[in-house]
Amino acid sequence: MLQNTLRSWLDSDFMWRLSRSPVAIISLLVVLLLVLGAIFAPWLAPYDPYDPATLDLMNGFTPPLTANDFTGQSFLFGSDDQGRDVLSTILHGMRVSLFVGVAAVAFAMVLGISLGLLAGYLGGWVDTLIMRIADIQLTFPSILVAMLIFGIAKGITPVEYRDQMAIWVLIIAIGLSDWVQFARVVRGATLVEKNREYVMAAQLIGQPKAIIMMRHILPNVLSPVLVIATISLALAIIAEATLSFLGVGAPPTQPSLGTLIRIGQGFMFSGEWWILLFPACTLLVLALSVNLLGDWLRDTLNPKLR
Amino acid sequence: MALLDIKALTVEFATRRGVFVAVDNANISVEAGQIHGLVGESGAGKSTIGAAVMGLLEKPGRISQGEISLNGQPISGLDREAMQALRGKRVSMIFQDPLTSLNPLLTVGDQLAETIQFHLKLNDTDAYQKALELLTLVRIPDPEIRINQYPHQFSGGMRQRIVIALALCSEPDVIIADEPTTALDVSVQAQILSLIKELAREKQVGVILITHDMGVIADTTDVVTVMYQGKVVESGLTAQILGQPAHPYTQSLIAAVPRSHEKVRRFPLVSYGGKTQAFDIDDLARSWKKQTIDHTKPLFEVDSLTKRFITKPALLPSQQEFATAVDQVSFDIQQGEVFGVVGESGSGKSTLARMIAGLYQADGGRIVFDGTDITKSKDLSDYRRQIQMIFQDPYSSLNPRMRVDAIVGEPARHHKLLSGKALQMRVDELLDQVGLSAEAGKKYPHEFSGGQRQRISIARALATQPRFLICDEPTSALDVSIQAQILNILKDLQEHLNLTMLFISHDLPVIRQMCDRVGVMKSGVMVEQQATELLFTQPQHHYTQELLSFMPKLEGIRRVAS
Amino acid sequence: MINYIFKRVAQSALVLLVVGFVAFSMFRFMGDPIDNMLGQERTEADVQRLRGELGLDLPFLVQYGRFLSDAVQGDFGVSYRQGRPVSEIIVERLPATLELAAVSATLAISLGIVLGVFTAIRRQGWLANLIMTSSLIGVSLPTFLIGILLIYVFSVNLGWLPSFGRGEVVQVGFWSTGLLTVSGWQALILPAITLGLYQMTLIMRLVRSEMLEVLRQDYIRFARARGLSERIVNFRHALKNTLVPVITVTGLQLGSIIAFAIITESVFQWPGLGLLFINAIQFVDIPVMAAYLMLISVIFVTINLLVDLLYVFIDPRLREGDK
Repeated sequence: MLQNTLRSWLDSDFMWRLSRSPVAIISLLVVLLLVLGAIFAPWLAPYDPYDPATLDLMNGFTPPLTANDFTGQSFLFGSDDQGRDVLSTILHGMRVSLFVGVAAVAFAMVLGISLGLLAGYLGGWVDTLIMRIADIQLTFPSILVAMLIFGIAKGITPVEYRDQMAIWVLIIAIGLSDWVQFARVVRGATLVEKNREYVMAAQLIGQPKAIIMMRHILPNVLSPVLVIATISLALAIIAEATLSFLGVGAPPTQPSLGTLIRIGQGFMFSGEWWILLFPACTLLVLALSVNLLGDWLRDTLNPKLR
Repeated sequence: MALLDIKALTVEFATRRGVFVAVDNANISVEAGQIHGLVGESGAGKSTIGAAVMGLLEKPGRISQGEISLNGQPISGLDREAMQALRGKRVSMIFQDPLTSLNPLLTVGDQLAETIQFHLKLNDTDAYQKALELLTLVRIPDPEIRINQYPHQFSGGMRQRIVIALALCSEPDVIIADEPTTALDVSVQAQILSLIKELAREKQVGVILITHDMGVIADTTDVVTVMYQGKVVESGLTAQILGQPAHPYTQSLIAAVPRSHEKVRRFPLVSYGGKTQAFDIDDLARSWKKQTIDHTKPLFEVDSLTKRFITKPALLPSQQEFATAVDQVSFDIQQGEVFGVVGESGSGKSTLARMIAGLYQADGGRIVFDGTDITKSKDLSDYRRQIQMIFQDPYSSLNPRMRVDAIVGEPARHHKLLSGKALQMRVDELLDQVGLSAEAGKKYPHEFSGGQRQRISIARALATQPRFLICDEPTSALDVSIQAQILNILKDLQEHLNLTMLFISHDLPVIRQMCDRVGVMKSGVMVEQQATELLFTQPQHHYTQELLSFMPKLEGIRRVAS
Repeated sequence: MINYIFKRVAQSALVLLVVGFVAFSMFRFMGDPIDNMLGQERTEADVQRLRGELGLDLPFLVQYGRFLSDAVQGDFGVSYRQGRPVSEIIVERLPATLELAAVSATLAISLGIVLGVFTAIRRQGWLANLIMTSSLIGVSLPTFLIGILLIYVFSVNLGWLPSFGRGEVVQVGFWSTGLLTVSGWQALILPAITLGLYQMTLIMRLVRSEMLEVLRQDYIRFARARGLSERIVNFRHALKNTLVPVITVTGLQLGSIIAFAIITESVFQWPGLGLLFINAIQFVDIPVMAAYLMLISVIFVTINLLVDLLYVFIDPRLREGDK
């Protein structure tokens, strides 16, 4: 049974298309690699960059793959002003970036799917209310909404908790700025599905609305959600990096890729290019491969777009 | 020499699972002024031929063999530019759906003038004059006013006339009409077909008319080619083919077409190619708790039922605007009877069915079922257990993400009639009885054909052993051979299980075959109610008379023993 | 038609009221304005006086009304950080942002539409594929990275263009413009490209996918079947239908240009509103945040209103009736 399921899945058009697209395979592998790197960062990273005990200021500004003049140590991606290994900071930074990105998208997804289902299926004033709010929010660019929510949250939380709360505030801010996409897509698909006769067949026997929405409609509106979720993940990672870069994101105690770039920017003019270049490239590769994957998914799951 | 000559045409589509031959070695020739019908069921390859002639084959389709020639000159294998020069100028095309065939942002006049100027190199005033002439030719009233209107301001039939005018702009030799009336109501269909017929004579245009509808073939075409799975099975004069079909497929196809002039007890089944699945009514009847029929009182009394839809929402109820979909409709359904409702699109027949099914709330009137008023009743669960419904579109009536056994078992599970092992056994049994095997339960709907899906739909409807069955256009999405099978099953159910039915359809011949009594609906009003035979022989209301007159006449077709 | 315009204007007004409420709530509930304005050495009398002056003892709704009427007259209070009236600071900063946004918007929209149409029509061509692939890199490059990259290449390595500031500005009335000097234009080039590039890729990809969608429609197939040339089909039939949805999203994109100006201004130390706002967030300077919010809301809502009206103008189906 299980074997059959697995076989039919491997034999599906989806897997077939994947096997024919080298770009999709490569980006999938890169994403997997980066995600694994982020998850296992504490074990993979050669140094613990935030343990003051292991830091040696003498190691500061070591260029990549060259021995330090004083200590003789060498680092693959060089070291920063504090003598931290850049590779280790990147691995840890990616952990923060990915965690915030995934959590924000999950939050936006749950919120957007629920509201979209309710708006689409119930219609009437529920629909009007939810979609009006969505329209209004859409008038404001999401990065701005996220900044604003971050700013307000910062104003409300007491100073001593700000750093601890920052990551969660960031997740909520990015998530809240992004639910509209999901709600609109799910509502649109729900409007189509709810007029299909299988939904009528369920209404006919008197199934409650909640069951119809969860069991019948939800599974049928998920494939566009997958596409949006992937593209949103790239956007969320970029948004997090942007906010952190502007200094209104991840706290200095938990630097993300954006924070690292913000720090690295300061050394651009003085010639320590590696402190900026490697985090920037990591961010680009991460966002690009997620975007490539999302692009391919959209083409595959939405055959009429081909 | 024929005007259009298609010789040994083969069209292939390379797909993941190998090469699919859509058209296999087809020979067709069309003369000037002649309407050549191309008929077949879905997947016969008839539309592919049309696209191949136009040079509009969608990728990865390609002509792998054969030749198409126009006036003796080969046109297949021309390059893109040459083909584009030919399109419109020499061959033109009419699509199925007039609602999507016109550019919504340009006026009708703009689209006409643009095409005329492109092909005939006229100046603006002459092109405008020519556009007016064309609109007059296709009988658009007040062409001077309507020429400046946008497509959305025209009805479906009017838009199809404009599409025809556009196809005529360049005075082509050949027009390919791909199901030109399938999206239209019968009354409009008759007008469009007679227009095409006249224009073919008058302008000496050769027409290829692609259709699945034998009635259209019988009424309109001079010559017909019958196709089956990419192959031409038979070709010849229409009267000849329909009267004395030589090929067994043609014979069975014609036999399966519902007749409008007489009622038959059962439909002859198409036996060509592939086996028909048996439906085990005896087995089903054995385990059925049959209701006894009480002829003294009706099962349903529907009294001045009304439904309005809000067309313009507003906060104040006084500012809302309504469209009345069903307007004070009253009728009774006797126990064990099949009551038919017939009408064109927008007549309110489906809305009526959905109100009776409890899916829509009525805005006025009563529905009394077996003594209780279900429009007033708070708890409908008892009523819901006794009714079931068979839907129009087998591709949308089954949840694509649910397994077939879950779909069939859902009503019985919901009403807590059966559960666990007993339910599974009942589902397996039902699937077996409707002619699928119990194995089918483990699959998903997409693995079945349209006819098989409709059988699953029937199994689901029977799982609760209902007394009353609502059939909303149950066969209008199916091929004619499949339609015959499904209609036979429904007849069996009614006869052997004492089921009462409400049968909704736009198709008069089907209504005549299925129903005991019929109500005719027009714009939400039931204009006539009558016993079926009386209605078809002595229609009283002028709308009924009109509908009957538009019905395709198939009397000339010889009945073949099946 | 008039009904429709009226409805849209009323909706926009409602949006502004809601935004005003958010801005006001920020004032009222985030931190104590008294704390923020008076230093450590204050007397109870000072507090009472200021409380009366600011109207903090009035009922909530009255305060909201006063806030709105002040805002309409351009009075947003005094910046906590700079101690100057917010309106004064904003008037000073506004021209820089608007000039930057206008130049990048022109760049993004014109190039975006041209490239989008090109990649849709030449879907199979190598150049179109190349553009599409590079556009994905464009979408994946955060705005600030583009800025940093440009600075690194053109300022640090080549030394051709300045890496920060507005260059020399000329005062025309209250408006300080950088568009009249050579150094102003030189300073504008990098920020404008930074801001415009990301928006351009988005607009381009949108135009492409909308156009592909339109090209699949029956009326396009029918136009081809009538033998009309590719040029007429693409530019007369397809393009106009493509522009209907594109206009809406482009309107929204104009909004994002102003939002993303925050990032660009921060990278290039461009003395505009965005830089002002980001500093305000960092220092929780609420009057500035509130004023910025109100101001850009007015801009966004106006853009949206214009887009809706343009929509009606293009699509005849919307022209009659109310819907």
